[in-house]
Amino acid sequence: MTDLSHAPGRAADRLRPVGRATGEPVARPRRRFRLPFSPWHLLLAPLALLFAVPLIWLGLSSVMSDAEINRFPPALWPSGIHLGGYRYVLGNAMFPRWFANSLIVSAVAVVSNLLLGTLGGYAFARMRFGGSRVLLVLMLATMAIPFQLTMIPTFLVMRKLGLVDTLGALIVPSLVTPFAVFLLRQFFLSLPRELEEAAWIDGCSRLRVLFQIVVPLSRPALSTVAVLTFLTTWNDLSWPLIALNHDANYTLQLGLTTFRGQHHTQWSAVMAGNVITVLPVLLAFLAAQKTFVRSITSSGLKG
Amino acid sequence: MSRLPKPLTRPPAITPAGTARRRARREAATAWAFVLPSVLIILGLSIIPVLWSLLLSFQYSDLLTPSAWVGLDNYRQLAHDPQFGQAVRNTLVYTALYVPLSIGLGLFLALVLNRRIRFVGLYRTLLFVPFVVSAAAQGVLFSFILDPEFGAANSLLHRIGVSPQGFLSDPAQALLVLVVISLWSGTGFCVVIYLAALQDVPRELIEAATLDGADRRHVLRHVTLPTIAPVSVFLLLWQTINALQVFDLVYVTTKGGPLGSTTVIVYFVWEQAFRNFTAGYGAAAAYVLGVTLLVIAAATRLVRRRDDRRLKGATS
Repeated sequence: MTDLSHAPGRAADRLRPVGRATGEPVARPRRRFRLPFSPWHLLLAPLALLFAVPLIWLGLSSVMSDAEINRFPPALWPSGIHLGGYRYVLGNAMFPRWFANSLIVSAVAVVSNLLLGTLGGYAFARMRFGGSRVLLVLMLATMAIPFQLTMIPTFLVMRKLGLVDTLGALIVPSLVTPFAVFLLRQFFLSLPRELEEAAWIDGCSRLRVLFQIVVPLSRPALSTVAVLTFLTTWNDLSWPLIALNHDANYTLQLGLTTFRGQHHTQWSAVMAGNVITVLPVLLAFLAAQKTFVRSITSSGLKG
Repeated sequence: MSRLPKPLTRPPAITPAGTARRRARREAATAWAFVLPSVLIILGLSIIPVLWSLLLSFQYSDLLTPSAWVGLDNYRQLAHDPQFGQAVRNTLVYTALYVPLSIGLGLFLALVLNRRIRFVGLYRTLLFVPFVVSAAAQGVLFSFILDPEFGAANSLLHRIGVSPQGFLSDPAQALLVLVVISLWSGTGFCVVIYLAALQDVPRELIEAATLDGADRRHVLRHVTLPTIAPVSVFLLLWQTINALQVFDLVYVTTKGGPLGSTTVIVYFVWEQAFRNFTAGYGAAAAYVLGVTLLVIAAATRLVRRRDDRRLKGATS
């Protein structure tokens, strides 16, 4: 451990030149061999590669031919780019349908969480009304309820509403989360009141104050809600599994899972479907990495 | 600017009390209109189901025909059900391995990444990317990589002369393999949370300790780790709650098998309710887990509050 602690820029290193300037002999033994880069890279680079390899392999195997995959030992590198898997999942299978279903559910959830979360969060942050305290505490308490405690009756509720086996069964429970309401409330509380009061006195309605003054200032909180809502609805598997029966209504996650069960030997098609399932989230993450990381840390540290 | 304070003080002087009351009532009505959709959806789809679940757990129900009241029978039966016992054991083993490993590895990597070296951003991205990959995609990907016959893992092992492994199809390995897959996707989360916390450790504190002659290990033990302790408590709670509820990955990869070696509690609940159509029994199992989670959360809360008080007492 000791030879690793001499990374440049440490407090101990910064003090060393003083001794050298006074001409004192440096109390260190022979100069040790030094790497031209921090030795930590020797640990980090292989480890980072290890984390990346499964995803790289996902991409590679999706462009292999089934012959390459199904021989033993299987090929580790594609001989060329075979698009057979993609052609199969986009042509014969239901993947385009599933993709559209996932997109609809996620898009509705994001828009609705932003809208209802803003309205609810603002009322809890700025307006006085009877029972607001109790309601807020109740809502917060629901965040601690684990999913398996509610899943059976929620299924029964959806059946009463006639929504089982429709996208509605996925959309209704995800319309608004206590997390969105609470996060936006906290953010609105941190904004200076004076801005709103000026407009309020000029005769603007609450709704106009909210959407013309408060919302434009709330980008960071709104993007956090959008990112986390998209991530959780797009990636959800357990609720679609319970609420849906017919494959025409499946989301990508559920579709991919059943597709894999039915196409054991067509790994290239399964992996092509897997790429299609992962890619939207992956692209969104790479495009807005800072927002993703900030959202996840902020929600985590406050939760 | 002089416009601003004046109108605020004016209303009581010129408007009678009735107008103010009417305004307050209108304000309350607007507020209710704002919160009503959220309240209906959130409370309607959490409080009602939670109570309904409790009722179900005292009933025999197949989700179709009217259910019959059976009292505590479901719970009594659970206590003697070897399958449920195995599900509890599997869940505990999974949690006991995954939680400390993900937090420990996450802390270690965050400490390494929290220094001035190059490519920190790239490393952080690569470690974190698996976290956004869905459990379904992870499961499908790893059952391909770890496929005993066609998988890349056995192909690599073959090349270095190790005999092929069963991985997810081997009852002795499957649960451990699930822990490893979860570490692949979950460690990045801990790294990112710890990195954010480490950035908040006051620089002066570390420099002061260094000037006082503390070496690396002392600074870590007496400055850094105590400062980020609340984050560690949070991660411990968060990872434990999530690990006890693991389901998606199990469903996609092993469906509880082979030989029940990966049946976890939530999988057991799902199977009872939606495969065997014994929903009351499933609800009882869900309640056992739910109450456990609640106790854990409450206990952490208490510990945290006590620590806060002690901290306040020490500083004042």
